[in-house]
Amino acid sequence: MPLPPIDSPKWQGAFRAFAWGMSSIFSTILSLVLFVTYIGIGALAHGTHFSLAWALLSTALVWAGPAQIILISTLASGATIVQSAIAVTVSAIRLFPMVVAVMPMMRTPQTKRRHLILVAHFTAVTLWVECYRFLPQVPRERRIAFVHGLGCGLISVGLCATVIGYFLAANLSQTFASAILLLTPLAFLFSTARNSKELADGVALVLGLVLYPFAAQINSGLDILLSGVVAGSIAYGVHRFRVHA
Amino acid sequence: MSDFIGDWHALVVLVVAGVIPNQIWRMLGLWFGGGLDEGSELLVWVRAVATAILAGVIAQILVQPPGALASVPDLLRYGALAAGSIAFMLTRRSIFAGVLCGEIVMLAGKWWLG
Repeated sequence: MPLPPIDSPKWQGAFRAFAWGMSSIFSTILSLVLFVTYIGIGALAHGTHFSLAWALLSTALVWAGPAQIILISTLASGATIVQSAIAVTVSAIRLFPMVVAVMPMMRTPQTKRRHLILVAHFTAVTLWVECYRFLPQVPRERRIAFVHGLGCGLISVGLCATVIGYFLAANLSQTFASAILLLTPLAFLFSTARNSKELADGVALVLGLVLYPFAAQINSGLDILLSGVVAGSIAYGVHRFRVHA
Repeated sequence: MSDFIGDWHALVVLVVAGVIPNQIWRMLGLWFGGGLDEGSELLVWVRAVATAILAGVIAQILVQPPGALASVPDLLRYGALAAGSIAFMLTRRSIFAGVLCGEIVMLAGKWWLG
């Protein structure tokens, strides 16, 4: 369903913008990817004997696929709470620059920080990618309401899939489970590549992939952060060089 | 009902090991990003680092695969990613084509290897 033109009266009122945001989950392939990924997370939670309420709360409150997979698999393998927390927090560092990058797209001079708390909570790779795609078609003063709708829609998809995966768990074969786990890297890679309009983003993506295996050799526990900052900074350097050359 | 909730201890662990370590970065981003301008140079760097960290998460899942994915041989995982990338480029950046092609190559390879 295409969004109405930016000057259309259909954007009047925050509630309508919220509804447009929510209905936008049907115009992105990433909803389907999210659905299948959370079937995998629901199944993983069942297989490791967490309760359904636990799985649903983790989807609603953590709302980051890799962090949830890491949390469940480390706790199930007998890691301490502190070890799990460290593994989760390293995987979640990417959320910091994502939130920083998303905020200015929807801020107006009247916007207070507290208006953006829910937006920050909804921010994960899917929302990040979709903000770049959808927000240029949304009037600026309606963007927060739109993102609230989109975020609620995406979390609803995740919650439904968590329940389905939880009850399907016993019937999932190992082949299907590995296909679900492969979905995350494939979808993350192609959705980010599609989003890379500027040179710096494309360089960062390729360098980040190539540098990680080297950073992993150091095995500091902060490998992803290390390769990310180095690759991102080199990409920024390339961008500066191009602008000033 | 108690089956649904499980034990309360596990929920405390969820908050301490899952929710807080994750949300802290979002709230820091909110605090820091509230004052940045959309066209600022710092934002170009921040976006490049976010993209590269995400690339690291992708590479980590492929190099050190979790759970059932570890049953897929290394070369098959990398091959699936390469095949998906080629499909993605040939279809002028279709996410669907890239994901589908990568999954088909992985499943076909797994079937072929038995």
